Amino acid sequence: MKKKLFAAALFGAATMFSAPSFAEDVYFPIIAKGFSHQFWQAVKAGAESAAKANNVTITFEGPNTEAEIDKQTDILNAAIAKKPQGLGFAALDSKAQVPALQKAADAGIPIVAFDSGVESDLPLTTCTTDNVNAAGAAADKMAEAIGGEGEVAAEIHDQTSATGIGRRDGFVNRIKEKYPKITIVDIKYANDALKAADDIKATLQAYPNLKGIFASNEGAAIGLAVAKKETGSKVVAIGYDSGKTQKDAINDGTLLGSITQNPVGIGECVVNSLAKALKGEKLDKIIDTGFYWYDKSNMADPKVAAVLYD
Amino acid sequence: MTDTALTHAQPEKPGFFTIATMQKAVAFVVLVALLIFFSVFAANFAAWNNMVNIMQATAVNGVLGVAVTLVIISGGIDLAVGTMMTLTAVMAGIVLTNLGMPLPLGIAGALLSGAAMGGFSGAIIAKLRIPPFIATLGMMQIARGLALVFSGAKPIYFNDTPSYQYISPESSITSLIPGLEIPNGVFVMFGVAIIASIILNRSLLGRYIFALGSNEEAARLSGVNVNFWKIVTYALSGMICGVAGLLVSSRLNSAQPALGLGYELDAIAAAVIGGTSLAGGRGTVLGTIIGAFIMSVLTNGLRVMGVQEEWKIVVTGVIIIIAVYVDIALRKKM
Repeated sequence: MKKKLFAAALFGAATMFSAPSFAEDVYFPIIAKGFSHQFWQAVKAGAESAAKANNVTITFEGPNTEAEIDKQTDILNAAIAKKPQGLGFAALDSKAQVPALQKAADAGIPIVAFDSGVESDLPLTTCTTDNVNAAGAAADKMAEAIGGEGEVAAEIHDQTSATGIGRRDGFVNRIKEKYPKITIVDIKYANDALKAADDIKATLQAYPNLKGIFASNEGAAIGLAVAKKETGSKVVAIGYDSGKTQKDAINDGTLLGSITQNPVGIGECVVNSLAKALKGEKLDKIIDTGFYWYDKSNMADPKVAAVLYD
Repeated sequence: MTDTALTHAQPEKPGFFTIATMQKAVAFVVLVALLIFFSVFAANFAAWNNMVNIMQATAVNGVLGVAVTLVIISGGIDLAVGTMMTLTAVMAGIVLTNLGMPLPLGIAGALLSGAAMGGFSGAIIAKLRIPPFIATLGMMQIARGLALVFSGAKPIYFNDTPSYQYISPESSITSLIPGLEIPNGVFVMFGVAIIASIILNRSLLGRYIFALGSNEEAARLSGVNVNFWKIVTYALSGMICGVAGLLVSSRLNSAQPALGLGYELDAIAAAVIGGTSLAGGRGTVLGTIIGAFIMSVLTNGLRVMGVQEEWKIVVTGVIIIIAVYVDIALRKKM
């Protein structure tokens, strides 16, 4: 490892001049926040198809869990040592990993951030979903379904990550701004489907007049579907992301619908942006890869079906 | 915490007022006090369907608690119970969904894979003399990694085996006593507890589990095959994790390969609150079940009250410390 880093430092300057040439095989390492989650598999699929279209080689890696910031930094250092022509990076920590990225920038490697941003100017662009806006759309659907008034609650996947905060605030703020007759009575946190189910059952118990619940990721949404089935509750349920359980729950009416990011689009955006950067094209600071609202009516739509996973 | 409390655990004294009995009684009083407290201060808490919610929420932790209790009484610890549970659920999924086998084979797959993993931990501890904490810390990662590998890092669904729902969320007792909608998973938990309790108190294995935890050297000198019984203890514990794997995957209708990390701490907490001594040689299955109920009553009650998530975690921590303090205080008096 140390040797590799040393080599990287030695050849860093040379790389700076040789990078933009297209003569050799172009190689982009893509470093995600994880690989086991289905979401990352979908990002990978998008990145791979864009790699084919641009005739470049990619690798797709990530740490075991989204808590292993140090492991991800190791992967990043190893990738930089390979002197790639570009680097895709989804930072687990938007601040802590800036020095590691600086090394890549010093070596003249173009960086594209994805999923969540980095608090620095180093990435040429960031391919991401506007979580606040997307969760706001979930709030609009919720308001429409419950007739614009009543009590609602939210089950959020965690209280510290950028996506957890973004989705919670996006949902809560949209309700507060646009729907004065709706009150948010309860916000709970669980990422684990089993704990989310028991959480939501307690919420249903505490607020018998509850009209709707928003669940902010796949685990929370599975918990929401399980809780509704076990209690026979009739609350309006809205989820986020996809997965077979969530899709089945939408089809059988347990969930009204869900928001999905466009993970395939994120993967494509990373590789396309890196290819553009190599050609010297200018990139916007942020590329919003968009989101979809999906329910029974449009799940089969090819555009939507392509970004949903089992 | 005094040294004597940790290192010189006394074997259970005969008679009615043993420490374990006292502690069970204390835990039970705490449980009743919590139920009364929440009934008074949390609107909508004291409803029958909420009691059913609590029982159902206790099932998985209760079963894992029983698994870890056996190991702790034998003087060990098992940090792998949570991820072993996940791996057994994945094994059930592979047998039932990927291979299309009938339900009994899926159940056997979960139980046997659990027993094999537990036995493997036991073998490492007994034969290689690796401390249980380290050995099972390793097993925790091995099981977690294998669960991801075997499942392809994707949930495995049980839609092709509708009867799988009868392991946990469905209620069979409703057909006998209409209106009594207690999910089967709750009865599975009590069943496991009763069987484990009988093994612990009425069998040779049970006697050796206590002997190992009280004074392993003495057990060895009196001719007990210490290594063999250690492996059997961990294997039995692993098999019980298999039951938990069936419960969790049945309820979610899917084996979720990323779930399970952290469950070992809840299980150990249930055992400790219920009066099982981490020094070994002392503990009861009933105490652990009461401990698991205390934890889920707290969780449910604080949620129904609308207490913030963050504070809920703090309160659970405080309860664990109080439980261990009661343990020490009672022991000094005896």
